[in-house]
Amino acid sequence: MTTLTTSAPENSPTSGVKALIARLSVPNPASVGKQILLPMIGILVFLGFWHLAAPQVNTSLGAFPGPVQVWEQGGQLWQEHVNQRERADKFVTMQEVRNQRLLEKDPSAEVKIRPYPGAPTFLDQVGTSLVTVLAGFVLATVIAVPLGIVFGLNRYFQAAVNPLIQVFKPVSPLAWLPLVTMVVSATYVSDDPMFEKSFLTSMITVTLCSLWPTLINTSVGVAAVNPDLLNVSRVLRLSFWTHVRKVVLPSSVPMIFTGLRVSLGIAWMVLIAAEMLAQSPGLGKFVWDEFQNGSSQSLSRIMVAVLAIGLIGFMLDRIMLLIQKKVAWNE
Amino acid sequence: MSKSHLELTGVEMAFDTPKGSFIALDNVNLKINKGEFVSLIGHSGCGKSTVLNIVAGLLQATKGGCVLNGHEVNSPGPERAVVFQNHALMPWLTVHENVELAVQQVFRKTMSKQERRDWITHNLELVNMAHAANKRPGEISGGMAQRVGIARALAMKPSVLLMDEPFGALDALTRAHLQDSLMEIQQELNNTVIMITHDVDEAVLLSDRIIMMTNGPAATVGEDLHIDLPRPRNRVTLADDPTYVHYRQEVLKFLYEKQRKLETIKPTRASTVEPEQEEAQAARA
Ligand SMILES: Nc1ncnc2c1ncn2[C@@H]1O[C@H](COP(=O)(O)OP(=O)(O)OP(=O)(O)O)[C@@H](O)[C@H]1O
Ligand SMILES: [Mg+2]
Repeated sequence: MTTLTTSAPENSPTSGVKALIARLSVPNPASVGKQILLPMIGILVFLGFWHLAAPQVNTSLGAFPGPVQVWEQGGQLWQEHVNQRERADKFVTMQEVRNQRLLEKDPSAEVKIRPYPGAPTFLDQVGTSLVTVLAGFVLATVIAVPLGIVFGLNRYFQAAVNPLIQVFKPVSPLAWLPLVTMVVSATYVSDDPMFEKSFLTSMITVTLCSLWPTLINTSVGVAAVNPDLLNVSRVLRLSFWTHVRKVVLPSSVPMIFTGLRVSLGIAWMVLIAAEMLAQSPGLGKFVWDEFQNGSSQSLSRIMVAVLAIGLIGFMLDRIMLLIQKKVAWNE
Repeated sequence: MSKSHLELTGVEMAFDTPKGSFIALDNVNLKINKGEFVSLIGHSGCGKSTVLNIVAGLLQATKGGCVLNGHEVNSPGPERAVVFQNHALMPWLTVHENVELAVQQVFRKTMSKQERRDWITHNLELVNMAHAANKRPGEISGGMAQRVGIARALAMKPSVLLMDEPFGALDALTRAHLQDSLMEIQQELNNTVIMITHDVDEAVLLSDRIIMMTNGPAATVGEDLHIDLPRPRNRVTLADDPTYVHYRQEVLKFLYEKQRKLETIKPTRASTVEPEQEEAQAARA
């Protein structure tokens, strides 16, 4: 395009305009259409369909909420969160003022600040879920990547463990949950626990379910290192650790990340289910509570949660993709 | 008389295959002097790579063995550097880092950091690749990557340089260019080189000796041709040099007359022999 415009006669006004357009619209129109326009159209069509179809579906709690009600409830949930925060702040300042007075009277008085006892808001639940999913995912990664490397390096080990992996991989979180709950209750006994039991239960369930894709992909990636590169490593007499660090690991990074992305997706799905079932704090509990609540707004509020779950899952995947692009050599 | 630099005696190589043992090499004997440039030539599948891998220590001969400077070879090591057929550079490392990985490993204790850096650059300059030091293998052409592979091997200061069809995948012009640089480098460093090739002209042009291998299975050294052509050699003037033409003829005769008989036997056994060999090759890849 640039060669065309430069070769055109300088004094022709149209060529100047063309050049300007060429310079302004750097990404070509077709790709703009694909990346922005078409998704926008898709979303709009979906919203329109939803808007028209929702009132037709009647439930015991009234008609299914359309996009407008859901949007309103979203604002409502935000407002509740802001109000709650204000009250919590007031509650704490009140205590501080009181403590101040106590200390003035008697400097040796023991003062305490109790946290605000109000119920967690929607946004608090989102925060809890995010922290839990990340903790579970990190734990899964810390276990799965080194194990995957060991399995990938040793064919015999892999053959020995493969049946176990194949059997445990398809187990649903719902099956793990009771076991994890019982084990955590029995083993995690401490007067001043660092973590809530519910947090541990959710996290361990997430770990157990999201471990497998990373484990399998890592071992496949490690086993598939180009044999020529393995020979280079042998000719250089690299030590075991250097071999793993400089040849095996970098070579399998793309596969590991593919596994990590699948794992994170599973982790997020599993967590919501686990929270619902175990009544542990988080988005799943929010959904369940609203369902039990059964007010006229419940369905809209659940719908807000559904959309939030989807958006957060999408965001998590995007973040992994960004990290992958930073780390992997083949991107 | 002093012992030879590199010596293969009575080498047999049998591979375990699903259909039983497959004898690829049988009684291979070879003596190579220091500074000699030796080419291995023979039909595809005869066992050239196997010989090279035994010298490299990547494979263990099932009988006989390989002795380098009086020591038996039984594991790979940087004193027998290998240039692989398709460069085998780490795709996640830059050109410089690829050579660095080797230099770091071999000269960690004997060279300072600065010396190592200079040595890497020196070797990249030797193959005219210093300008691309910070590029990844994916960003350079096949010929350039092959040159980096050679630089990496040279940077190990090997006493024997082993090359498995180093120029096989390259176009004729790039190949000619690399052959010339290889001749210059070898002239300068006086390395011992064993190179596998399919190309008769390449073999005659570069080598002091051409080892012609018989067809497998149970391949061995068929003929050992000494090439007495003065160096430096020039491909253009040699093209109608009668001695050069004679040597060329010799190799061609071996490949297409003496070893042809075996090939005509092959098709009748093709249904039994070929799949097995292909399987074996696939398993190796
Ligand atoms: N690991 C292996 N297991 C079984 N058979 C093998 C193995 N490696 C090589 N062979 C067989 O040994 C024979 C020699 O193989 P080799 O790779 O040395 O041949 P080559 O002369 O290098 O062939 P090319 O010129 O095609 O590279 C072949 O028939 C091959 O199928
Ligand atoms: Mg070969």
